Amino acid sequence: MTENIDLTLIGWSRAQFALTAIYHWLFVPLTLGLSFIVAIMETLYVRSGNEEWKKITRFWMTLFGINFAIGVATGIILEFEFGTNWSNYSWFVGDIFGAPLAVEGIVAFFLESTFIAVMFFGWNKVSRKFHLISTWLVAVGSNLSALWILVANGWMQNPVGMAFNPETARNEMVSFWEVLFNQVAVDKFLHTISSGFLLASVFVLGISAWFLLKKRESSFARRSMLVASVFGILASFMNAYTGDSSARTIAKVQPVKFAAMEALTEGKTNAGLVAFGVLKESENKVGEKYLKDFLFKIELPGLLSMMTSGDRDAYVPGVIDLVHGNRDRNIMSFDEKKTRGELARKTLIDYKNAVKEGNTALRDSLKNVFAEKSFNSEYFRFFGYASVEKAEDLIPDLSGTFYSFHLMVILGFAFIMLFALTLYHLFRGTIEKARWFLWLCLLSIPLPYIASELGWVLAELGRQPWIIQDLMPVSAAVTNIGSGSVIATFFIFAALFTTLLIAEVSIMVKQIKSGPKH
Amino acid sequence: MTTLMISHLFLQNYWWIIVSVLASFLVFLMFVQGGQSFIFTLPGNEMQKTMIVNTVGRKWDLTFTTLVTFGGAFFASFPLFYATSFGGAYWVWIAILFSFILQAVAYEFRSKPGNVFGQKTFDIFLLLNGALGPLLIGTAVATFFTGSRFSLDEMNRVTWASSWYGLEAVTDVRNLALGLAVFFLARVNGLLYIVNSVDDEDLKARSLKKLLPNSILFLVPFLFFVIAILFSEGFATDPSTGSVSMEKYKYLHNLIQMPLVLIIFLVGVVNVLYGLYAALFRKKNGAIWCTSIGTILAVFAIFMLAGFNNTSFYPSSHDLQSSLTIRNASSSLFTLKTMMFVSFLVPLVIAYIWYAWKSMNVNKITVDEMNLNEHKY
Ligand code: HDD
Ligand code: HEM
Ligand code: HEM
Repeated sequence: MTENIDLTLIGWSRAQFALTAIYHWLFVPLTLGLSFIVAIMETLYVRSGNEEWKKITRFWMTLFGINFAIGVATGIILEFEFGTNWSNYSWFVGDIFGAPLAVEGIVAFFLESTFIAVMFFGWNKVSRKFHLISTWLVAVGSNLSALWILVANGWMQNPVGMAFNPETARNEMVSFWEVLFNQVAVDKFLHTISSGFLLASVFVLGISAWFLLKKRESSFARRSMLVASVFGILASFMNAYTGDSSARTIAKVQPVKFAAMEALTEGKTNAGLVAFGVLKESENKVGEKYLKDFLFKIELPGLLSMMTSGDRDAYVPGVIDLVHGNRDRNIMSFDEKKTRGELARKTLIDYKNAVKEGNTALRDSLKNVFAEKSFNSEYFRFFGYASVEKAEDLIPDLSGTFYSFHLMVILGFAFIMLFALTLYHLFRGTIEKARWFLWLCLLSIPLPYIASELGWVLAELGRQPWIIQDLMPVSAAVTNIGSGSVIATFFIFAALFTTLLIAEVSIMVKQIKSGPKH
Repeated sequence: MTTLMISHLFLQNYWWIIVSVLASFLVFLMFVQGGQSFIFTLPGNEMQKTMIVNTVGRKWDLTFTTLVTFGGAFFASFPLFYATSFGGAYWVWIAILFSFILQAVAYEFRSKPGNVFGQKTFDIFLLLNGALGPLLIGTAVATFFTGSRFSLDEMNRVTWASSWYGLEAVTDVRNLALGLAVFFLARVNGLLYIVNSVDDEDLKARSLKKLLPNSILFLVPFLFFVIAILFSEGFATDPSTGSVSMEKYKYLHNLIQMPLVLIIFLVGVVNVLYGLYAALFRKKNGAIWCTSIGTILAVFAIFMLAGFNNTSFYPSSHDLQSSLTIRNASSSLFTLKTMMFVSFLVPLVIAYIWYAWKSMNVNKITVDEMNLNEHKY
């Protein structure tokens, strides 16, 4: 499938997607979280009738609006990029993948964009209650946007609820519910929205801390901090819990990604959980590719085995086992998977030829083969391996995956501390005096952004070489256009998004400095 | 016992209708772009400019979301079109997207302090989107009738035969004519929307003055396109074999063989014309009601002509047999059925949009509101 697609094209197409996705993700999590924070603040206003809460609501709402606009601008590119840059993919799985995208438009985006207009412009035009409902609907709408796209992404990590149709040579959906309630999708949704809640909470905390440092708007800032830290601490527990369950699911459905994020070269029983470590190049190689060893590590013994199977003596496979196979542990080697994938592909080619030659008997019998359960579970599920050339191609970037995972987790626990300390100071009434702590809050603003982007780097780098796990490698998905065009659009988007980002940050800073209006 | 027996054929038609409905609303909602395109030429002073921007601007997100949903619905129901057109006519789509990125930030950023590049820059963004958006979308839609230069291999992978990747479409006058028609229609609707929404006599008078030339500039390319298409060859498919061939007067035949479409088309065109007449000669504020309904109906009919009655809706002039039809480009029966259930939510969506729109538009846009220190663009 991949013979005549050049590596430059694949590389730039990936780079372009990564660039635009990373930009989109600079804005989306704040929307997810701030929309709820603003809705909570407005509820407090409507219930108490206290104008101070209205002032607070409107201040954060303005920041929400600035961020939202650029989130929308970067989102539309992503949607259309599936067509422009991954057209083979779009056709191969459009049947499944397109559906959540369409549902997202119908169910979520309209909700969001309709009520956002009421939220911003409706203060003097609609009743208080209708306004409040609109604000909540914006929050629900934006989080529903997250749901559907994450269902789509979850499906790429763990394709379920579909069957291959040889007639059209593509995957077709057979169960919408299986796609929706895919374990990976559920984990992803809960973990991602909670990371957005957390991020927005740190954002509100940090900016409020700045006001206190400047000795301005004390009541406004303390109230904002209270909402943010209560919301934030709940979110960060949810975030850690769902992150943990994401990891467990990965151990089952994407074992190579799991081994890579733990930097586990060789499988073991009683495997320890590495809290942190530094990697160095190993002498061990798979094909041409060097693996990684630890230069040093802090390890909690036995915990990894415990986590994945609830048993200290459980075996956790390493990268080498997963690539070369391990008979004792019943793990299939790459070569075996490739042979099976090639057989599945040959069956498809035979089928196509039978259709062409009008050999109806052969055609029908082969069509039945594709419908057999055992053919699917033993052969077709390795379909993508037919297009992977070498065993080492199966191994994702090891340090990228390992470091992104570990940094994210460390930051995750740090945020719990941050919120807890804020609450402590708020209740003791010492927050305004704890200047070092206010500085800490302020300087923490970039951290959840980093954690969040790292989460995606882990998810997407760890998935390589697959665009759809085990079924389609990235190289088979790309649109065959001149790489010059993709290089050109990469730089156009890079320049444009960077320009807009600069404007956005500058406007934000100006708005913050001018403070809430009375 | 009765089970829900719905044929693939029915669902393919159903989804073509849904996609067409989205497209027709999109063309009407591009009055936002039309309004934007006047940002430097219509207002007599800064205040009027602010009023124009805030009048059409409060609907920008709706147009944008309709475009996004149109894309998503097309992806879900006709993925082969999505793959072929977006992957092949790369530069056209990138250019369209580019202009919409500019728009999305321009409203929110233009009048905010600290926007680095100054209000003028963001106003130019609005102008660019206002001009390029409708022009390019119109041109791209015209290729549904005139064909594009692609071929598909046995795995349905697209190869584009022109290194312009879609931009070559502007070299066919018919494509360009529809692009211009959509652009000027958006401008006409933009003017009429402003007339109906602002409470400012001078601004209204200025808008009405611009209406006549823009109406003419819309009508000429529109009529040219319609006549050229009805009297040129079209891409016919044979329903039994699926093979595609050229047929003389294909779209004229479609119009005659589908009398309902003919009626919708005529009602649409008459509505637009009547709206123009009412605004130009009877100075009616509410003419936008006529032209909007007219726009929606006429565009809908045009999409019916392109896809129904054994016609290829995305034909290839380079390799006839690669042409896409609503039969060979669609999703599976199961997906279309699932999506049909989802589409039942559309009336609900329209209902709350309508409700929110009405609550927001009860009062006209006034100078006083613009002077209030409220959220404004
Ligand atoms: C503020 C952001 C943030 C924080 C503090 C954490 N995460 Fe996270 N994580 C994300 C933001 C994020 C994310 C951006 O939302 C990702 C990217 C893809 C996804 O599903 O969520 C993600 C992905 C992600 C994945 C990969 C999912 C996949 O490949 O499909 C795992 C295993 C974890 N996380 C685990 C954790 C654990 C155990 C944490 C400890 C507290 C943690 N994350 C904190
Ligand atoms: C490749 C994947 C993605 C695509 C194709 C995509 C597409 C889009 C599009 C088209 C928009 C504009 C919608 C409008 O018209 O209002 C948008 C905005 C948005 N998207 Fe994404 N998106 C992607 C990833 C994500 C992810 C992972 C999330 C959340 C988990 C997300 C959440 C949102 C939200 C909340 C918005 C509202 C605007 C904002 O950012 O503030 N998107 N996206
Ligand atoms: C918005 C947050 C996201 C970020 C920051 C992100 C990040 C990335 C990165 C860094 C890559 C490059 C991987 C590599 O080069 O190895 C990538 C690739 C990709 N991602 Fe994501 N991603 C996001 C969301 C999504 C979602 C929601 C989807 C699908 C629904 C998705 C689908 C893809 C695809 C199709 C590719 C290209 C193929 C590939 O390289 O694997 N991404 N993304």
